[in-house]
Order: sequence, then structure tokens, then C-alpha cells
Amino acid sequence: MAELLQLPEWAAMAPTLALVGTALVLFLIDSIEPKSDSVSRTTLTSVGLLGSLSSLVLSGWFLIAGTGQVDGPVRLFDGSIVVDGMSLFFSFLVASVTALVVLASHDYVEGENHQAEYYSLVFLAATGMSMVASVNSLAAAFVAIELVSLPSYALVAYLKHNRGSVEAGLKYFLIGALSSAIFIYGISLVYGATGAFRFDRIAQAVGTTPVDGVLGLGILMVVGGIAFKTAAVPFHFWAPEAYEGAPAPISGFLSSASKAAGFVLAFRVFTTAFPLDAVSGTFDWALAFMVLAVVTMTLGNFAAATQEKVKRMLAYSSIGHAGYVLIALAAITGTGNDSLVLGAGMMHLLVYGFMNTGAFLFIALAEYWGIGREFEDFNGLAKQAPVACVAMTVFMFSLAGLPVGAGFFSKYFLFTGALGAGLWWLVVIAAANSALSLYYYTRVVKAMWIEEPETPHEIESYPTALYAAVIAAAVVTVLLMPAFGIVSDEAVSAASALFAA
Amino acid sequence: MLIEALLALTLLAAGVVFFAPNKYAGKLAAALSAVPLVGSAWMWLNYEATGNALLGGDMAFETTAQWIDLGPYAIQWHVGLDGVSMPLIVMTTILTTMAIVSAWTPINERESQFYGLVLLLEFGLLGVFAALDFFVWFIFWEVVLVPMYFLIAVWGGPRRKYAAIKFFVYTNVASLIMFVGFLTLVFSLGDSVTALDLPQIAQALQVEGAVGSIAGFGPEAVKLFAFALMFFGFAVKVPVFPVHTWLPDAHVEAPTPVSVLLAGVLLKMGTYALLRFNFTMLPGVATDYAEIIAIIAVISVIYGAMLALAQQDLKRIVAYSSISSMGYVILGLVAYTTHGVGGATFQMISHGFISGLMFMVVGVIYNETHTRMVGDMSGMADRMPWTVGIFVAAAFGYMGLPLMSGFAAEVLIFLGSFNSAIPWAPIYTAAAMFGIVIVAGYLLWAMQRTLFGEFTLSTDYDVGRAPLHDVAPLVVLLACVIVLGVNPDIFYGMIQEAVNPILENAPDVGGGL
Repeated sequence: MAELLQLPEWAAMAPTLALVGTALVLFLIDSIEPKSDSVSRTTLTSVGLLGSLSSLVLSGWFLIAGTGQVDGPVRLFDGSIVVDGMSLFFSFLVASVTALVVLASHDYVEGENHQAEYYSLVFLAATGMSMVASVNSLAAAFVAIELVSLPSYALVAYLKHNRGSVEAGLKYFLIGALSSAIFIYGISLVYGATGAFRFDRIAQAVGTTPVDGVLGLGILMVVGGIAFKTAAVPFHFWAPEAYEGAPAPISGFLSSASKAAGFVLAFRVFTTAFPLDAVSGTFDWALAFMVLAVVTMTLGNFAAATQEKVKRMLAYSSIGHAGYVLIALAAITGTGNDSLVLGAGMMHLLVYGFMNTGAFLFIALAEYWGIGREFEDFNGLAKQAPVACVAMTVFMFSLAGLPVGAGFFSKYFLFTGALGAGLWWLVVIAAANSALSLYYYTRVVKAMWIEEPETPHEIESYPTALYAAVIAAAVVTVLLMPAFGIVSDEAVSAASALFAA
Repeated sequence: MLIEALLALTLLAAGVVFFAPNKYAGKLAAALSAVPLVGSAWMWLNYEATGNALLGGDMAFETTAQWIDLGPYAIQWHVGLDGVSMPLIVMTTILTTMAIVSAWTPINERESQFYGLVLLLEFGLLGVFAALDFFVWFIFWEVVLVPMYFLIAVWGGPRRKYAAIKFFVYTNVASLIMFVGFLTLVFSLGDSVTALDLPQIAQALQVEGAVGSIAGFGPEAVKLFAFALMFFGFAVKVPVFPVHTWLPDAHVEAPTPVSVLLAGVLLKMGTYALLRFNFTMLPGVATDYAEIIAIIAVISVIYGAMLALAQQDLKRIVAYSSISSMGYVILGLVAYTTHGVGGATFQMISHGFISGLMFMVVGVIYNETHTRMVGDMSGMADRMPWTVGIFVAAAFGYMGLPLMSGFAAEVLIFLGSFNSAIPWAPIYTAAAMFGIVIVAGYLLWAMQRTLFGEFTLSTDYDVGRAPLHDVAPLVVLLACVIVLGVNPDIFYGMIQEAVNPILENAPDVGGGL
């Protein structure tokens, strides 16, 4: 792109800058008119949609134009920030989820206080997530992760009159603070052992000097910090409470975009800073991720199967999906298969971003209508709201891995990648988990379409924006099937660039 | 692009009907289902192909497009028709339209969703028969499950939820097992295949020594493993003894128009896949274990017929008799003779029309009497002469009366299996032929009790003549049965053309008729 060369280098950060700019504009609107009702929600939603969609378009455009991919990554701030295919892919993901969440929140926050703050906190968190995708240094990673976490705590506790929401926020904050402490202690140990923050310099130091136990301990603690962000075992305890207590659009936001941010950091740290062949002597992280993947997916799926509340089931299923994506790290072997399996993990996160956010937005719709939280409360809902229920059916079957949505494709490639790495036993466990998941996802579908309600639902209004968000998520989930060739090309080329570096 | 257009229009019709007003949904669905019907008829008229789609033949309406080029095996959009799939496509579109019309009377709630799902089912079925890439094929294969699950679970009889979930779990587990079996086979081929393209895989398998070892197991063990897993996966769908137990539940609980499609088309997915995968790709294993498969087939024939003999519910009688008829298909396939495999494929079409017709007749009687129990009624011939006339004709079709399609199919199968190179082939054939006697027994007995004699009915319904739109589909299907019986060559020529290359590949057998 000739005209792109005229732009300064920091323009490559435009997707992230669009998000932070939106957050500031929203603060500005709020400071001019601080009262919640005086600025119409339409203004806030429009600004938010504009910001998130421009971030979406920019990252999509950069991906296609080859920014940071054709001529190698764009390095900023002495190389602590890089823009490459991987970061643009995840910026695209974060922007898409943000757009859906903003659209859905329009109806959800009706009648609540501090609406402008709500929107700007969403954008600050989104900025953090988009930044996590670009960090190339442990210090920057910590700052970006905190930028995700701090607004998230406030957002989970946004419904101040609701005890569940406040309790969830507190629990999320306490575990978050603990894991942040572990994470930063891990960073300091890594720094102590290698004398570097930047991923490439850490890799150099690890490659030249013999590694010792301090570094191994540091890596283990970094794994802990990442496990918290991705809601993987052993730092998953917060997830069911936080996702259940939070406003439903925020649950979707955290379980899709925030999880993806955690994973992109993991992908980058473990492929560039701690190459497996250099550190496997002191800390074999592929083995650690194998164990974590098995435990996380099994725990998530079995817990999801025993839930009575739909939102909590989705929360546990989100843990289960973190387990599937961990396969992408577990199956790294240092061969040509790596970019396939890492790319498959990225694809699964992208597809998951739409299908899981969509499912939580459907829950938001149910909460908006005031129907209950348990499976039985959804009985017969399809009679009143067939369109939304079709969308939810697509989400559920796609999450379960039936080929009505792109979820089947990404799972297939994850499993093929793991087979390519010789981890057939891991694939067997994952496939068994996937088969089990069909049971609890089908329960929602069965309730909506087949069961008769004890008392008919009284649905008075059909919120346009929330509906639009749910339908958009469903349409994208389905359309990603024919478009999967494009997604997989981008993901695999981004992943292979990481290994080439 | 014709196949894509056919699929796209069917899917579009499903979407439109699903959200249409209930009042017009039935008529709209019938009108829109005429599009694929006319389309498939046009394709049949303009059909030009030679050989078998998987074994290097020229396909009709073939398109290939790169879809996902990732991992060891590329995924392509690859569709096309040969002499095996073309008749199945025509049969699917005819049966779907007729099933939609026959649903106008019995389906009285959530009509738009019902007809939308039926069209979605048709979309999946057409895709299964047209797809030539394993990945594409598997997507359609799974898509079929979803509307079927809802159709049974929402509009079915009293035990519908149990029947629906049993169907769903049974066939889904079977799909997973089959998937593993097939992928094992593909992995064992190593670098000789680059895509999940079925023709490419089938042709790679014909090369001597193409199959490599996996995890220390030799080529023969890998082939046997893959064959067994795929056979199990497809046998559930067919179904054959002993994995048939989902079928009576699903059939009895499903609303009649859905039973028509379940028996008429869904069961054929299983036999079609057996022919395409097991018997085309792995003829060596199939002939090595031919005796076991033939015994399973004969047991299905006899056991299914015996179960039908014991039933009191007209729908259950027809349901169990399907197991028996599908046993003939397996017997014909395993015979590996020209007429055996050709006749088995023709039986798929023939049985589709005849069993669809039988279910529909039972449905019309149920609409008027609100019972299906043999003991609850007698002398129906006085009140519903037309319907009963068609019932008798359909039953004779089932028994294999000459000039009806069942006769042509069964004669071909028996000719083929009698001459097969399998040891004891004449004995298996004779045992299977005995099944016809039992079929005649239970159908004649049931008809004697329900249709003839004094009119009595234990339910309080005023039995009148069935409305025209109930009887019309019966007439159409009966016409199909008779036309195919008088002139089997409408389909048999193209079937034979597509089946012969399979036999050329089969070792040690062949020859004979």
C-alpha cells in the first residue's frame, strides 16, 4: 500500500487508538452532561458503535493490506509494542465483540445510572484487550492486562442494586488482585534471570545462558497470570460467579474478548519469549498446558452439565472452551505443524467470540424480559420469540460442534492439529468432552422449542438494538462457515509469522 | 451450478416458510417445494454421465471450488451426480413435496415451523446425495439430524421427547464413530491424498499397497478397523439388526409426514453411504467378511418381518417391515454381482416410494379414525374405498407383485445374490426370500382384519371420505411405483452404469449375473 507508507509508524496502532479515542469522547460527553438521563442512550450507543466499527474496519483493512505482515512487524516504543498479523487478528476480534456488546447494551442499561461511564469503561477494557494483542514486553503486557482488568471489575459490579452483581465484582477483584500479584512476581523473576523485559531479548538471554530454577518459577507464575485471564484451571474460580452476576452483555464481553486477550498474550509469550526447545529443560510448558487443557475442559464440561441455571451453564462451558484452546499451546512441538495448531486456536477464539457473545446476549434478552434464569424458565420461549430462539439454537449447536455454525470447523482444525502433533489421546479426551457438551447445550434448545411452559411468558416489547446484536452474531456465526477459508488463511499466516520471527 | 442453485433455493424456501404466517405455510411450502422438484426432474432429463462418481466416471452437473486449504488435507466444495445419486435426488424431491401435501390435514399447530423444518431436511438430504467431498458430505449428513430431531420432538406422539432424543443420540454417536473410522483410513493413505475429496480417496485406495500402517497396526488391520467403524456408523442409520432399536420409537412417535421422509429417504442415507464408502472404497474387506455381512442382512430380513408380524399398530407394522426391506439392500450389496448391487440400489428407490406410500395410507386412515390399532377397526373398505384401494395396491407392491417397482428390485437382488461368489450364497438367498412370505403373511392378515368384513370402529369418529389433498399424494406415489415397475429402466440404466465400475474393482467375485 503506497499511501500507507506516507503515514507515521504509529498509525499501525489505529485500531487500538480508535478504541481509546472513543473511550475519551465518551468521558467528554459525560463531563459535559453528567446526569444519566440528559444525554440520550442513542448518542452513547452511536458513538460507541462508530468507534468499535471503525476499529473493526481498520484492523480488517490492515489485515488485508498486509500491514506488519509483508515487511515484517511494525515495532513501536523501542520494540515493546509490535503490530503484526496476530495483533491485527485479535484487534479485529475484540472490535467485533465490542460492537456487539455496545449494541446490545443500548437496551440493557435502560434505566440504570452512569450509562456514559459504563460505555467508556467498556471501551477502556477493549483498548486494553486490543493492546494486549500487540505487546512485546512483559512490562507492557502487565500494564495492558491491568487496563483490561480494572474496568472489568467495575463493569461486573455495574448493577449496584443487585447483590449478585456486587458480590461477583468483589470476588472477581480479589482473585484478580491475587493473580496480578503472582503475575508480576513471575515477571520480576524472569527479569532477574534474564535481565530483559522484551520477549525477543528474553529469548536471546535464554538461548545463550544456561537457564535455572528461578526462570522456571517465573514462567510458572506467568502461566498462572494467564490462566486467570483465560479462566483456565487453576484460576477459574472467579469465572462462574463473575459471569453469572455480571450484566449479561459484560459476561459475553469478558468470556469472549477478555479470554481471547489472555490467549493472545500466551501465544506470544510462549512462542517468542520462551521457545520450547530453549526452556523445556527447566520448565516444559507444553506438558503443563497439556495437563491444564485436559483438566480445564473436563472440569468445565462436567460442571456445565450439572447446572440448573442457563447463564451459569454458559459460564462453565466457557471454561470448557478455554480448555479446547489450550490444546493450541499444548500441541506445540517445534515442527511445521505448529502454525496449523496455533492458527486453529486463533480461529476457535474468533468463532467463539461470535457464538458465545451471541449466547450471552440472548441471556441479556431473557433478563430484559424478566424471565427466570433456570432451564425450565425458557420453556416454550420459541412461541413468543422465534427469531431470537433460532439464533440461540445456532449458538448452542455451534458451541456443541454441530456443523450449523463455524464452531465445527475450528474444533475440527484444533483436533487435526493436535493429531498432527501426535497427541491422539488429547483428541480423544477433547472429542469425548465435545460429545458431552451436546447434552447440556441441547437442554436449552429443548426447553425453548419443545417443552411447554407452566405459565405462558408475557413479552411486551421486542428491544430493537438487542435483537439486532443477537441476530448479527448468529448471521456471522453461520457465514463464517463459507468464509472459513479466508479466516483460516489469515490465522495460519499470522501464526507462522510468529514462529518465523 | 445447477446443484448449488437447487440447494440454495431449497434452503431459501426453508427460511421463508419458517417465518411465514401459519395460515398459508402449508400451501406456500408445497408451492416452494415444487422448485426443487421441477429442478431435479429437469436435471434427470438432461442427465449425462458415465461411470461411477468415485471411480473416475464423468459426473453430471459437477462443480469443484477450493474452500479451505489448511492442514494436511484441503477441503473443497465438490458436488456432482452419477447414476446412484441422480435417482435418489429425484426420489427425495418427489417424496418431500408429497409429504408436505399429506401434512395439511394432520399438522395443526406451529405449521410454518413444521414446513420450514421439512424443507431444511430436504436441503440436508439433497446435499448428502450430491456432495463428493467428505467434509461437505459430513456437514450435510449432520444437518439432517437437526430438523429431524425437532420434527419428532415437537409434533410427535405422546412419547415424542424420548423418541427424539434416542434418535438424536443414537445417530450422532454413530456419526462420530464413522467419522473416526473414515479419518483413520485417510490418514493411513499418507501422502497419496491431498484433499478430503471422495473420488481422490477412493481412487487412491484402489492402488495396491496404498494403505500404510498406523500406530503399529498393519494395512490390513487398519482397513478392517476403518471398515468396521464405518459399517457400524452407517448400519445404525439403515438400520440393521441389532442396532435398529431407535427406529420403531422414532417412527411411531413421528408425525406421519415425517415418517414418510424418515423411511423413504433417511434410511437410504445409510445404504447410500454403505455403497459409497464401504463397498466402493474397501471391496477387499467387504468380500473377506461377506459371509458375516450376508448373515446380518438375512437376520435383518427375517427378524424385521417377524417383529412386524407381531405388531398391532399399523404404523409399527410398516416401520418394522422397513428393517426387513433394508436387509435386502445389504444382501444385494454384499453379493458383489451386477444385478445384486444394481438391484440393491434400485431397491433404495423402490422402497422409498413404497414405504412412503404405506405410511401415508396409514396416516390417511388415522386422520379419519384417530386410531392405528388393528383391533380397533374393521371393514374400512366400505367407508373409504379409494384409500383402501390404494392401501391394497401398496401392500401388494410391498409383497413384490410383478409390474410394481418392488418386484423389479427384489428379483434383481435375488438373481444377483443367488449367483454371488460368496460361499453358501444360494442358501442366504433362499432364507431371505422366505422373508417375502412373512411380509405377505403380515400384510394380508392386517388388511383382512382392518379393511374387510363388517364396518366397526372403536373410536367415536364419523368416518367420511378423505379429502382430495390427502388422497392425491397417494395416487402420485402409487403412480411412481407402477411406472417404475413397468419400466424400471427409467432409473435402472443409469444405476447399472454407475455400479459396474465398483464390481470391476472387487477381487475374486463378480462374474455371473
